[in-house]
Order: sequence, then structure tokens, then C-alpha cells
Amino acid sequence: MKKDTATTFKALLIELAIYAVLVIAYFFLVLHFLGDWLYQLETQRRYTYAGVAILLIIGQAVLLESVTTFLLRLLRGRSE
Amino acid sequence: MYFPISDSHIHPLYLAIVGFLIGVLGGFFGVGGSFIAGPALRAVGLPWNFAIGTDLAHIVGKSVVAAKRHRALGNVDLKLGLIMAGGTILGAEVGAQMIQMLKRAGNLNLVVSLVSIAMYIGISAFMSWESWKTHALSKGRKAKRADSKSDHSAFSHIARSIQKLHLPPMINLPVSGVKAVSLWVILGVAFIGGIFSGFLGGGAGYIRMPAMVYILGIPTHLAVGTDLFEIILSASYGTFTHAVKGNVDVLIALVMNTGAAVGAQIGAISTQYFAGPKIRLAFVPLPLIGAAIVIYTLMSGHKL
Repeated sequence: MKKDTATTFKALLIELAIYAVLVIAYFFLVLHFLGDWLYQLETQRRYTYAGVAILLIIGQAVLLESVTTFLLRLLRGRSE
Repeated sequence: MYFPISDSHIHPLYLAIVGFLIGVLGGFFGVGGSFIAGPALRAVGLPWNFAIGTDLAHIVGKSVVAAKRHRALGNVDLKLGLIMAGGTILGAEVGAQMIQMLKRAGNLNLVVSLVSIAMYIGISAFMSWESWKTHALSKGRKAKRADSKSDHSAFSHIARSIQKLHLPPMINLPVSGVKAVSLWVILGVAFIGGIFSGFLGGGAGYIRMPAMVYILGIPTHLAVGTDLFEIILSASYGTFTHAVKGNVDVLIALVMNTGAAVGAQIGAISTQYFAGPKIRLAFVPLPLIGAAIVIYTLMSGHKL
């Protein structure tokens, strides 16, 4: 039982480390390029901005969920 | 990091950590977590209107992650969630109108504060009493880990009586194990949750999740997962209306969701290891935190 917990904890830490690298890359690449465009959209076309905001939020959530699920499977060798 | 839409400087790590904490709570309890996210965004100087709108956008993303995970665990009743979304959106509009009426009457803050304190404390008191009672009743029974999803409540008889209420059309919810319940009861529960969502802000999961368990008779794990799915729809609607009014900084919400994606998965997976009454008992402090924030705001005059 203790061995299982230690393995799970270790897998979680590795997962968080990989995830942190991916998120930092994401901050600098995606948000940097999207920032100006979204700002322009927010000031000039609010309805388009509202639609794009929801699509971005849902799209990112689906993508991140897939990434974390993939990492979980990869590191623990089984589906959660 | 500079966020041009809200003209604010916030460290992205702070946002990711806040998102992570709310993600864990949301994944485990099926709540939006606005009672933490709102004050956390205000604490770093985000204007109040942006804190509310951006929080809703963040709730959408976090709920997508948590609901997807709950769906994989078989904890989402899509039919129930879709029906409830209609009632919630309608209720949220009525709640928002009530806010406008109170604004005109000039006693908005006092009424909203007193109602929310009474609601939060009432829910906490009732749930702690019910969970302890259920726990006492089930003492002596040998609970196997495989049965962690099986649910029982000291108030199951209330849900059974409500299910017997014959107000057509009757809806069958096989995923939730409910043979027949009136559509009007489902819409009523969602509508009341929506009123509180519009009236007090946030997703009002702290009202809807317990209501699904005690009134509709939905097992706790399914109530958590279905509530999250329902929140995706109602919070998307809220995000759209707030974004049109210029209250959403989507960049902040996107950064918060990077932390929430991990937290929500951890929270959702954790529900597998706890039985329904234990989840409900662990839920008790959440509305009390909300009550404490409102009491502080009321007494100090500072909005957190």
C-alpha cells in the first residue's frame, strides 16, 4: 500500500514537472501572440470577442485535459 | 505578466495556483468555486466587474476538464444536465432582475448579504447534520471499497416522496437510477439554483449539488458530475453576456485554467475513494467560507 502511494506520488510529481514546462512554453508562445489580437477584438468587436473567448476557454480545456490524461497514462502505465 | 484587456499586472504563477486549488474543489465537490476565485482576483487588484466575469470564464474551462473526467468515471447524467441547464439559465435571469429591483430600492447590499449568509449557514448546518445522521445509521455495515459509489442518505424518503409526485411529463433518468420524476420538479430545482446564481453570483453549485441529492434523489457522485456538466452550459451563457458588457479578461481565465486542468482531474479522481456521505460531510465547510467572506464584507465595508 505504501509502495503504491509512493509510486503514485512520484508519478504525480513527474507529471507536474512535465506539465509545468508545457505550460510555460504555452504562456510565452500562445498567450503572447493572442494577447494583442484579443485586446483589439475586445475593444472593437465585443460580440465576436465573447464568442471567441468561450471557444478558446473550451478548446484549451479539452486540449489540457487530453494532455494531462495522456501524461497520466504514460507515467502510470494504465488508464485512470 | 501584463494583461491588456483588464489593464492589470498579475503573476501567472499566482493565477495557476489559484486555478489549481479551485480545480481540486470543483472536481471533488462539483462547485464553481467563485467564493474563492472572486476574492483571489480582487486581492491582486483586478476590478470587481472583471473579477466576476473572468471568474465565470474560468469556471467554464475548469468544469469542462472536471466534467470530462467525471464522464469517463460514469458520473455524468447528460439528460438531467441538459434539462437542468434550461431551468438554471431562466432562474439566473430572474435573479439578475431581482438584483436590479433591489438596486433601484437602494438596499441591495444588505439584502443580498443577509440572504446569502442565511443560505450558506443553513446549507452547512443541514448537510453536516444529515451526513452525521447517515453515517450513524450506516455504522456497523461493512462498507467495501468497491461500494464507494453506492449512496445512502438519512433523507432518502424525502426524495422518494418527491419522485412519487405525479406531475406529467414524467422523466426517466436511468443513468442516475431514478425511474420517474416530474420534469417540473427538475426544472424547479434548477430554477431555484439559477435564481441564487443570478442573485449571489457564481455557479451556485453549493445549492444545486445538495438539492440534486436531497430533492431529486441523485447519488452524490452523479450529482457532482452532472452539476459540473450543467455549469458548463450555464456559465458559458454567463460568460457570453459578461464578455459583451466588457467584464471578461479571457487571457487571465486561460492562465488560471492551466492550473485548474490538473486540479480538476485530481479532484474528480479523488471522488472514487470516498462514499457519498463523506463527500457531503467534507462539503460542509465550503458554504461557511462563503458566509465568512460575506460577514467580513458586511462588517468592514470592504468587498473582498
